[in-house]
Amino acid sequence: MTVENPPVARSNLLWTLTRWREAGIIIFILILATVVSLRASDFLTLGNFRDILLDISILTIVALAQTMVILTHGIDLSVGSGIGLVAMMVAYTIKANPNIPLVVVVLLGMALGAVLGIFNGLIITLGKVPPIIATLGTMSIYRGMVFLYSEGYWIPPYQLPNSFKLLAKGTPLGIPNIIIIAVIVAILVYYFLNYTRTGRDIYAVGSNPVAAQYTGIRTERIIFLVYVLSGIAVGLAGVLWASRFESSQTNTALGFELQTIAASIVGGVSISGGVGTVPGALLGALLLGMINNAVTLVRISPFWEQAAQGLLILMAVVSDNLIMRGMQRNRPK
Amino acid sequence: MKESSVQSAVGPQSVNLISATAPRKSFLARFQRWEWMLVALIVVGIVINSRLTPYFLNAQNLSRTSADFMELGLMMLPMVFIIITGNIDLSVASNLGMCASFMAVLWNLHVDIWIAAPLALALGTLGGLLNGFLVARVKLPALVATLGTYAFFRGVAYVLLGDQAGRGYPPAFTYLGQGKLPGTLIPFSVFLFVVLAVIFGLVLHRTTFGRYLFAIGNNENACIYAGVPVVRVKLIIFTISGFMSALAGMVLAARFGSTRPDIGTGMELSVITAAVLGGVDILGGSGTMPGAVLALVLIGLVRFGMGLKNIEDQVQSIAIGSLLILSILLASAARTISAGGIKPSRQTIILAIVFVVIFAAFFFFFYWSRAPVLAAL
Repeated sequence: MTVENPPVARSNLLWTLTRWREAGIIIFILILATVVSLRASDFLTLGNFRDILLDISILTIVALAQTMVILTHGIDLSVGSGIGLVAMMVAYTIKANPNIPLVVVVLLGMALGAVLGIFNGLIITLGKVPPIIATLGTMSIYRGMVFLYSEGYWIPPYQLPNSFKLLAKGTPLGIPNIIIIAVIVAILVYYFLNYTRTGRDIYAVGSNPVAAQYTGIRTERIIFLVYVLSGIAVGLAGVLWASRFESSQTNTALGFELQTIAASIVGGVSISGGVGTVPGALLGALLLGMINNAVTLVRISPFWEQAAQGLLILMAVVSDNLIMRGMQRNRPK
Repeated sequence: MKESSVQSAVGPQSVNLISATAPRKSFLARFQRWEWMLVALIVVGIVINSRLTPYFLNAQNLSRTSADFMELGLMMLPMVFIIITGNIDLSVASNLGMCASFMAVLWNLHVDIWIAAPLALALGTLGGLLNGFLVARVKLPALVATLGTYAFFRGVAYVLLGDQAGRGYPPAFTYLGQGKLPGTLIPFSVFLFVVLAVIFGLVLHRTTFGRYLFAIGNNENACIYAGVPVVRVKLIIFTISGFMSALAGMVLAARFGSTRPDIGTGMELSVITAAVLGGVDILGGSGTMPGAVLALVLIGLVRFGMGLKNIEDQVQSIAIGSLLILSILLASAARTISAGGIKPSRQTIILAIVFVVIFAAFFFFFYWSRAPVLAAL
């Protein structure tokens, strides 16, 4: 599935280990699920599973975009602030025009997010500013714009129409909309990364930008594109965030960027680009969501939540790193 | 002349490449440095600030506000080292929180503050050592390793202190963050920072260790082959970073007079911003300590001036973020122009117009959509 798979390696250790990287997360998830369900009987119920999915839907959408960015050896630190800004602008717009159709709201959010992404992309490709610096800067700028825009006021739940609140939580198909949207996004990104030429180019640019350039891939365009896609995902996430939490505050999604990066990295996406899959990122997001959920159910003090999350990220990246080194040692001659 | 003997020894060709004396810089070239740009910006900042408000050039105000940036500065010093080697430490603010919380817990358990504080410093140093171990030994990318410890250290802070707070520190301790040097208006934390900045600057620019940092940032593999103790150097700088974060935690706790587990949240990005604005290359290999210190002064000036004009903290961050991006954008734009610039083809002109229209539409919407809501408040 990953681009670094040599075609001859089907039967050797390298291939097995490459497969194992996702299997490793699955095993981890299963162990966690078993341990937690021994302590809390309501962990392995359909209702709880639904709750977990509900909690990680927005994370999944943005983590998938973050995965695409990281695949090109970039990073987008501005996603949290971007979500905050889009959520605020959308909430204000709806408050002023309560009868606006939901489709327009979603499209508006995605368009606003896209503009933020275009700005990031231009600074990075045209301005030749390293992604981490560019998005560190826009992270402050977008968060500042939330305050500039709202003048510090927030939109409480009663000021938003019910139809908008149901956008995320409504269940016309039996499952909350937000989960369906996340699944659709996942399928689209999976198809895009694996079966389209541009998607493959993203892997190529991340694996070896010079070689990609020589093979005729317009690396600048690909890099620009992933930031715009990230912006669109941020826009969608912003609308869903305002709808799910029925409000918009100035600190919406503060620190969220690090969660999306953590989900990608735990899911086996390499920070140095070119390596990572959609199922991996999904499992990473699922694992983070399960930990948050488990901490609550097992009645550990919620103060342990972040420490557990941090420890888990460390364990995941260290084990992943050891596996990678093992792979390099056993590389077929 | 010495040059002739060199010439006979290594042949004429190498002399053309390596001259025996340092190349003489023209008077103007000496001023084309980022540090002077920062100095100019600082002067502009001072002039604008003193025009805008009469409260700016006030010794009391300046003294109080300078202390506000010292924790940031203390963490920035080792961050300069780390970024010069091409690494990064995202965990500094979390480490600060962990150590301050640890000290608060000990203090709440009635441990003497002069035992609690050194223990907290030791904990921070251990945290830094963990980062160093993950980066230098396990060979994780620094961004990943310190992202993990970023979450972990902050988590430990919450586990330690929970919903409690540490408060009521003795005056001898709060002197660290609130006190002034006797008989002057200079805050003790500023004095501490200046002394440490001089030491860090000398280590960076005047010692072999400092040269190693630049060498590792430029070409780590070459350093390994050249016998530079890369692993040890990395371990040392991350450990120092841990210690300095803990020290910053002590100063911050002393300045606030209380500690909560979320103390210093988000400061890591300000620290990195200061270093990068100071001309330290985020990709490693170049940067100066005076530049970083000047950038800290500039950030302080901008924030202080805007604060005096009652501009919220978060809106000030727009200015800091823009400054950060512009500092690198302008440098690369200058390089593009000197390399011949972008040839304006029809396609680029159309694209430029499209982008301008998009951003104009965004800002139109930005102001248009907020008006009715704010009017109704």
